[in-house]
Amino acid sequence: MSVEGAGLIRGFIETGRNLVGSYVDPRRWVTVQYPEERRATPENSRVYPFLVYDGADPEEGLRCVSCKICEKECPPQCIYIVPAQDERGRPRKHPAIFDIDISVCMSCQICVEVCPFDSIKMDQAYAWDREDRFGGLLLHKADLARPNRYYRELHPAEARVVDEHLARERELRESGVRAAVRASLPGSGEPGGGT
Amino acid sequence: MNMEGILALTGWGGLRWVGPVELFERGPVWLRDWAVGWLPEGAKVWAEGLIPAVAVLAVFGLLFGLATVAERKLLGRIQNRPGPNRVGPYGWLQFAADGVKMLTKEDVVPRSADRVLHFLAPIVMLAPVALSLAVIPYGRDLVAADPRCGLLFFFAVGSAAEVAAFMAGWSSRNKYSLLGAMRAIAQMISYELPLVLSALTVVMMAGSLSLVEIVEAQSGYWWGVIPRWHVMTPWGLAGLLLFMAAAAAASNRAPFDLPEGESEIIGGFMTEYSGFKYAIFFMGEYFGMFAVSGLAVTLFLGGWQAPLAVLEAAPSYGWFFLKLGVMIAWFIWVRGTLPRLRVDHLLNFGWKYLLPLGALNLLVAMVWRGLGGWAFPGAGAVRWLACLAMIGLPAILWGRLLMRSRGWGPRVYRYAS
Repeated sequence: MSVEGAGLIRGFIETGRNLVGSYVDPRRWVTVQYPEERRATPENSRVYPFLVYDGADPEEGLRCVSCKICEKECPPQCIYIVPAQDERGRPRKHPAIFDIDISVCMSCQICVEVCPFDSIKMDQAYAWDREDRFGGLLLHKADLARPNRYYRELHPAEARVVDEHLARERELRESGVRAAVRASLPGSGEPGGGT
Repeated sequence: MNMEGILALTGWGGLRWVGPVELFERGPVWLRDWAVGWLPEGAKVWAEGLIPAVAVLAVFGLLFGLATVAERKLLGRIQNRPGPNRVGPYGWLQFAADGVKMLTKEDVVPRSADRVLHFLAPIVMLAPVALSLAVIPYGRDLVAADPRCGLLFFFAVGSAAEVAAFMAGWSSRNKYSLLGAMRAIAQMISYELPLVLSALTVVMMAGSLSLVEIVEAQSGYWWGVIPRWHVMTPWGLAGLLLFMAAAAAASNRAPFDLPEGESEIIGGFMTEYSGFKYAIFFMGEYFGMFAVSGLAVTLFLGGWQAPLAVLEAAPSYGWFFLKLGVMIAWFIWVRGTLPRLRVDHLLNFGWKYLLPLGALNLLVAMVWRGLGGWAFPGAGAVRWLACLAMIGLPAILWGRLLMRSRGWGPRVYRYAS
């Protein structure tokens, strides 16, 4: 049989060691001092969507063609798109308005899955504290646009696949045999997403 | 010693040179006499009573604030967290922020509550505990009141907390509150007995109920090194352990915090309290912890006596508050380590274990006194060991017997290990 109180003393030693140890060795800490110190998010983490643009101009470089597929597929219907029009009133392949209400968004990533143009991707920025809980959380086109560089930083592996795919597409388009080859490339209508 | 001397006011009008030792030791008393000296003759007697009361409340009020922060910081460290570290230097002003928060919160009273009792309960909780702080000697001449029956006063007044807990639980009209209140009554009354018994041992040996005299009975040193505190004797050591176990229960501290039981009965008798009333309860609880810690220091740890003759230069109240701090740290450590007991375990532990051992300890103290006449070489050691065995062996054997009769023992996890 064990000695009386041995278990108690072991417990006290354990907590005492924590007490002293957490002063000596900050690596023992199980908490993060949040605003000053932030843990890196895992590569596959996702919060809210953003729009990818190529080149330097966040307005003209947008990949979005305002096809409205994401708007239709979005389960909580937090996306609102109005296509741009040219001077003669015909729709351009460009959004005039692209809003996402992130107070409604449920981070399901369905918009990313359905986008045929790789123009909408998931962001990892989670600190969306705003003074105004309605207007402040309604993100407009300018708030959403991020360069492709940013996407590469967030999801390096995924971005490489998407970049390769887009490059191949562009090559084919320029060589004029796009239609012929498209049939021989199964699944190329659903590029990249999720890999 | 710095013999330069410091000019100090000694009493009303008298000026003379005193050393820093005397300045710090007598300073608080001089300050009181100086303040009283300003007043007209009729007001002096009131001021002499009021000034110590205000001083005690101010010191313990501040200590309450610091203790809440210290508790949260140490508990955090025990769980490998930093604890509160935002408000003020290293978070030590957290209590001020908490106080403002408590003051500005809405004071919710349930519609069917007994409003008068609901309002009175926190006051009834805090007032007696604050009263019991009056009889504890904090320094050589620092005691707010020294009645001849100081210890009796302490326990008599302190037991009003049970009434307050039940008032709170009953007036809230809430089942959780009532459950908590009934637990509180059962627990506090059960543990008052071993608490008083272990204090009684000291009364018997010191021959006085006055806490000032009990401290003075512990002055001096064995062979000039070991202080003659009661804890240095077998009955004192056992008494301190019994006292601390009972004191934790009597002041609703972990691991005996069943009346609150945040995880089971969501705050117990404090469930329906919010805002500053809750803060008052909280304060009463901490004051209770200070009071029993102070009493433990007074009864067993030599009160304001220094541990070594050389260290007597430091002010006596410094020693008292150092010891008090150690006791508070101990309570916090216990809270961070031990899980909460079950109600029946708690009552069994109180009635079947602590109470018989407390009574036995009384006997051991008598034997200790009886064996004091031995004069052969090594008599001291033999007397010490004999008395230790007299309380230690029954403690172990009785504990084993109880464990076996209830089928308790080290827990075996058949499928996990």
